[in-house]
Amino acid sequence: MSATLDFTPAPGAAPFPRMVLAQAGAEIRAMLRNGEQLLLTMIIPVLLLVGFSVAPLIDVGGGDRVAFLAPGVLALAVMSTAFTGQAIATGFERRYGVLRRLGATPLSRGGLMLAKTAAVIAVEAIQVVVIVVVALALGWQPHGSPFAAALLVLLGTAAFSGLGLLMAGLLRAEATLAAANLVYLLLLAAGGVVFPLAKFPASVRPVLELLPISALTGGLRAVLSGGAALPLGALAVLAVWALASLGLAARTFRWE
Amino acid sequence: MESPAVEIADLVKRYGGTTAVDGLSMLAARGAVTAVLGPNGAGKTSTVEICEGFRKADAGTVRVLGSAPDAAALRPRVGVMLQSGGVPPAMRCAEWLRLVARFYARPLDPGALLERLGLSDHVRTPYRRLSGGQQQRLSLAAAVIGRPELVFLDEPTAGLDPQARHACWELVGELRAAGVSVVLTTHHMDEAERLADKVVIIDRGRVVAEGSPATLTGAERQLRFRARPGLGLEELLNALPAGSAAKESPAGHYIIEGQVDPELLATVTAWCAAEGVTADDLRIERRTLEDVFLELTGRELR
Repeated sequence: MSATLDFTPAPGAAPFPRMVLAQAGAEIRAMLRNGEQLLLTMIIPVLLLVGFSVAPLIDVGGGDRVAFLAPGVLALAVMSTAFTGQAIATGFERRYGVLRRLGATPLSRGGLMLAKTAAVIAVEAIQVVVIVVVALALGWQPHGSPFAAALLVLLGTAAFSGLGLLMAGLLRAEATLAAANLVYLLLLAAGGVVFPLAKFPASVRPVLELLPISALTGGLRAVLSGGAALPLGALAVLAVWALASLGLAARTFRWE
Repeated sequence: MESPAVEIADLVKRYGGTTAVDGLSMLAARGAVTAVLGPNGAGKTSTVEICEGFRKADAGTVRVLGSAPDAAALRPRVGVMLQSGGVPPAMRCAEWLRLVARFYARPLDPGALLERLGLSDHVRTPYRRLSGGQQQRLSLAAAVIGRPELVFLDEPTAGLDPQARHACWELVGELRAAGVSVVLTTHHMDEAERLADKVVIIDRGRVVAEGSPATLTGAERQLRFRARPGLGLEELLNALPAGSAAKESPAGHYIIEGQVDPELLATVTAWCAAEGVTADDLRIERRTLEDVFLELTGRELR
């Protein structure tokens, strides 16, 4: 029959790292389990990479197709996880009362944000491995410093996370779902991911270059395909987006 | 001296122009089960949510285990069961409970707790595929897994079938026996009568009565029956011994209070015969919390 349980009070919080790890693990499992998220974070980037590398459907502006596409697809993968996936997941977590319920546990809000960040970076690491392996199989020969690329990815993650949380904190869950997907599509099209910015009219190009996705794509391309040391312009654009979006999100985010 | 589990003084909570809690004061003792009873919209959930630290009071003071309700130090000491939701829909039943357990230093064994609440067959079921009652039980499990000193249960048995409701009542009894303080909200008077050491009846954001279920309902018994509405009660009152009371509430439902003995029963049935009505569903019973509520507020509890 029923197991005996000792309900005698013995309260106490687990050590902070254990709480954060437990929550991060749950977030990672949730992301990998969610079909729509996997489509967004894994399948679409890989399909774009393979499709456009193999079939000359788009004009990448001359040169090696994989060398152009791989950095763009890496940037897209970062955006899909840090921005689109995180915005949608967080919006629904608030809607379902998950954020409120977690707020009643010893896991602090700071701990929760840390866990979310760790989960995003862990999923990005998986994405990077998959995309790099596919790109290498397609004949990609990356150059440049992995450190510079990692720095770009981290700053890009900060900027996109800030934007995602800003959106999730301001809009209803359904509106976040629609808007996050729309922004994903628009940035995919206009951020130099697969269509070179050079193909856009000169009048809009300076504006497009200031988008976080363009900075991340351009920066990664400069490092990985061009062998540049540290693309300071791209890093600066991403840093400004990160500071502005995280600052605004911290002020406007509603937990309930 | 040890501070009470919950101490509320002159609490006010407004949403826009609506006042949900209107100068409410109450005390929940340590180690006791305190039931906050009232109809929907009485201010039960607002009061509990302020105690849980989810909402800010507009006025008044609230102390939980001697601390401000939003104090971080309270989180490991206080278990919370929300009225609904709080779990990601795709999260599996056991996965959620194990996750919550990982936030505490000395948690109960999730497997044993799931078995205790009859959820062993659903450990791998995603939350959204659990029935309403199963979801409630999982929330109850998550509220107690950290071995808290105080547990807030917001409508713990809403939507439960009778069997699950009894399992929940049993668990509350065990918590109390182990020395856990329990504050629960309900609009089921039977639940409050059965579980609570103390009942706080609230209506329109104020406390209208409080005390043990026995004190509130009193030892008095009453005679109830149903008949055609609008019978004149003056004649009956004249025939009854002094100190008796007779009323119709709601229409067609008659309640006679006083020394309920065979003589009184005879007087009432004789009067019915004289009026040419048949008394349906005639019974003698103790006053219920529902009667108390009706008397105090003039409104039905449900």
